[in-house]
Amino acid sequence: MASTRSRESLVVPAIKRMVDDWASDQQTFKQVPWGKAMMWVFLLSDIFIFACFLIGYMTARMSSAESWPNASEVFALHVGGENVPLLLIAIMTFILISSSGTMALAVKYGYERDRLMTGGLLVLTALLGVLFVGLQAFEWTKLIEEGVRPWGNPWGAPQFGAAFFLITGFHGTHVSFGVLFLIIMAIKVLRGSLDHERAGFLTGRRGRYEMVETLGLYWHFVDLVWVFIFAFFYLW
Amino acid sequence: MGEREYDAGAYVPPAETEEMELVHPKTFIGKYIWSQDAKVIAIQYGVTATAIGLVALVLSLLMRLQLGFPNAFSLIDPGEYLQYVSMHGMIMVVYLLTAIFLGGFGNYLIPLMCGARDMVFPYLNMLSFWFYFASVLILVAGFFVPGGSMGAGWTLYPPQSISEGTPGSEAGIVVMLLSLAVFIAGFTMGGLNYVVTVLQARARGMTLMRLPLTIWGIFMATVMALLAFPALFVAALMMLCDRLLGTSFFMPEMLSMGETSDHGGGSPILFQHLFWFFGHPEVYIVALPAFGIVSDLLACHARKNIFGYRMMVWAIVIIGVLSFVVWAHHMYVSGMNPYFGFLFAITTLIIAVPTAIKVYNWILTLWRGNIRLTVPMLFAIGFIFTFVNGGLSGLFLGNVTVDVPLSDTYFVVGHFHMVMAVAPVLVIFGAIYHWYPKMTGRMLNDTLGKVHFWITFLGTYVIYYPMHFMGLEGVPRRYYAYGETTFISDSVQTLNVVISIAAFIVALAQVLFIINLVWSYYRGREAGPNPWRATTLEWQTEHTPPRHGNFGPTLPLVYRWPYDYSVPGSGDDFIPQNVAPQDTKKQAAEDRS
Repeated sequence: MASTRSRESLVVPAIKRMVDDWASDQQTFKQVPWGKAMMWVFLLSDIFIFACFLIGYMTARMSSAESWPNASEVFALHVGGENVPLLLIAIMTFILISSSGTMALAVKYGYERDRLMTGGLLVLTALLGVLFVGLQAFEWTKLIEEGVRPWGNPWGAPQFGAAFFLITGFHGTHVSFGVLFLIIMAIKVLRGSLDHERAGFLTGRRGRYEMVETLGLYWHFVDLVWVFIFAFFYLW
Repeated sequence: MGEREYDAGAYVPPAETEEMELVHPKTFIGKYIWSQDAKVIAIQYGVTATAIGLVALVLSLLMRLQLGFPNAFSLIDPGEYLQYVSMHGMIMVVYLLTAIFLGGFGNYLIPLMCGARDMVFPYLNMLSFWFYFASVLILVAGFFVPGGSMGAGWTLYPPQSISEGTPGSEAGIVVMLLSLAVFIAGFTMGGLNYVVTVLQARARGMTLMRLPLTIWGIFMATVMALLAFPALFVAALMMLCDRLLGTSFFMPEMLSMGETSDHGGGSPILFQHLFWFFGHPEVYIVALPAFGIVSDLLACHARKNIFGYRMMVWAIVIIGVLSFVVWAHHMYVSGMNPYFGFLFAITTLIIAVPTAIKVYNWILTLWRGNIRLTVPMLFAIGFIFTFVNGGLSGLFLGNVTVDVPLSDTYFVVGHFHMVMAVAPVLVIFGAIYHWYPKMTGRMLNDTLGKVHFWITFLGTYVIYYPMHFMGLEGVPRRYYAYGETTFISDSVQTLNVVISIAAFIVALAQVLFIINLVWSYYRGREAGPNPWRATTLEWQTEHTPPRHGNFGPTLPLVYRWPYDYSVPGSGDDFIPQNVAPQDTKKQAAEDRS
């Protein structure tokens, strides 16, 4: 009894202090630039989009009367006379996760005001992103050649093609936009717009190295979502 | 500004964020068309939303003509009737109410009331409006495509919405879904702005617990919208695929005209879940800004502090959270596990608790207040009546066993029109009468305003109150005509005539309102900076209407909450938020001497 009371006496003021901190002056999240706060809120919203997609996919799969195509056969790659399951997707996942690493390094060098390293790593990240989208295009082509269509496929439930194309396509669009932003940011970094705090072409806001981190948040998010898509499409 | 200017009695912590840099455009187009000023964007949003709302009002009048006098007019056929029902609902809920509260009042009031120079991302804000404008154009285009606009009800339930035979299933539904997707993209840009501005760009001294309740309501509604619209977005994309690519996310196998359809294996219930996961929060996305605004109107025009400010804030937050776990109460008749119905009935009824707290607090704010029956105050009090009456019938519909017989009858129509159509619209009117002087520098005409209020307030009761009786008798909604249906008594037709006549009178009253808006812009009484003697920051600006950048050379410092009305011992009956404690003491001493 005594122990619960003492815990309460710690927890309640702690919650109250947390609320007070959040509610305090001017900024709810101290030292967080506007762009970064915006990106976090946007990602929260985007999480709900992907969550709805994946829950929709799970519902379709679980309520399907026909059997679902076997992932380890459908997604296998024919190498040296043998079908190797998950080979292509392993390579793609490795590439995308590596690009998260290069992005994180770009952010680090950004804060160290290392213009060339930051720009170079951003270009490298963009290249890895392009490679990922390219491999995805290759996978789509392969599946389409084998007869997978949004309305049906040779192996089972027609929702397989629909969900696969819609959700990986939506993710691929995210990656493609990310690549576009990475290239724009790389140009900004390399020509010194961030060092000289030059005003942006559209928004008129000064360039800052925090922008690299904000873009990094988006890129990491796209990678994280891929992990879920990977798990639910290729491992289930 | 140095720290020396403040003495210990009026300590204001140092700035946590640097001043906003604004881009001042020189050209007319830069100032008023591609404007990045939140106030101009707000008016753009407001005018566009009102314009499309008037289209939806005309649609409802056409429906009322048909229902009231089924054999007298041949203006619309049954297919068109369904299309007008659908478009009326969708326009009113999404393109009028959501847009005007968040895009309109949100844009105007958030920077001003928080004490910021503008939204934090003005460029994105501008894009947000133009996306919204594009979505409205796409929506209107739906009326002119082959087969006419979408006619599947505003809920867009598949399979019917994209099956052959439903009005608008050829092109109207595609246009509708595209318009929604564009709207959501545009809203997201604006919504990010509103949230980040409230969280990260307030004036010095403006803690979250000193924010006016208007801002709390709009803020929470925006957060909810950012989390609820994704479900609609996903549902719209999936349905577009079903319609255009031949997928079967929502489409089961069907037998139509003796032929099996190309679709098969999809789940229509999945769409309903996605739709209502958006649809129910949407009700509160519309209601919460109304709650907030009404709180400020009541406090200001009753010259009294809001009762239970903290409770009001937490009630807004709790309503926002709870509204995400009640969506399936729209689906009691769709078929689901009885235990789910039980769960959702409970969460639905729990929402009544924070809502009731708010209603009691409004009434206790009025209690022994120095009430001034100005036009905004009339609308605010009218809102309380309408909201309570509409909310009470919600308790009926929240219970599974009561809902099942009442579902899809006029009882539902009466309920939601009272609670989420008329009630928020009354607040919109009240808010326009309240803030018009700040937006234009002139007062709206009082007499016209009072006529407008009484016709609208009483008229809507004549319209929607009888619908409850019709619903109890079992009159189904969305029917073009009832013909010789035996269980519907003749008196229902009498009621329909009364409702239709009242609808026309109320619609005419809105013409009065628009005349008032235009006339007062040129001929209205000069308002001065603070005609209502209100405390919040938007009334303390250097110019009326405020210029780009909102405040003068220095931003206001905030020393108090927004409800310092009739404070004992102070000279005046209101103390603006940016008046320092030592200044009020000085003022009081001068008054005494």
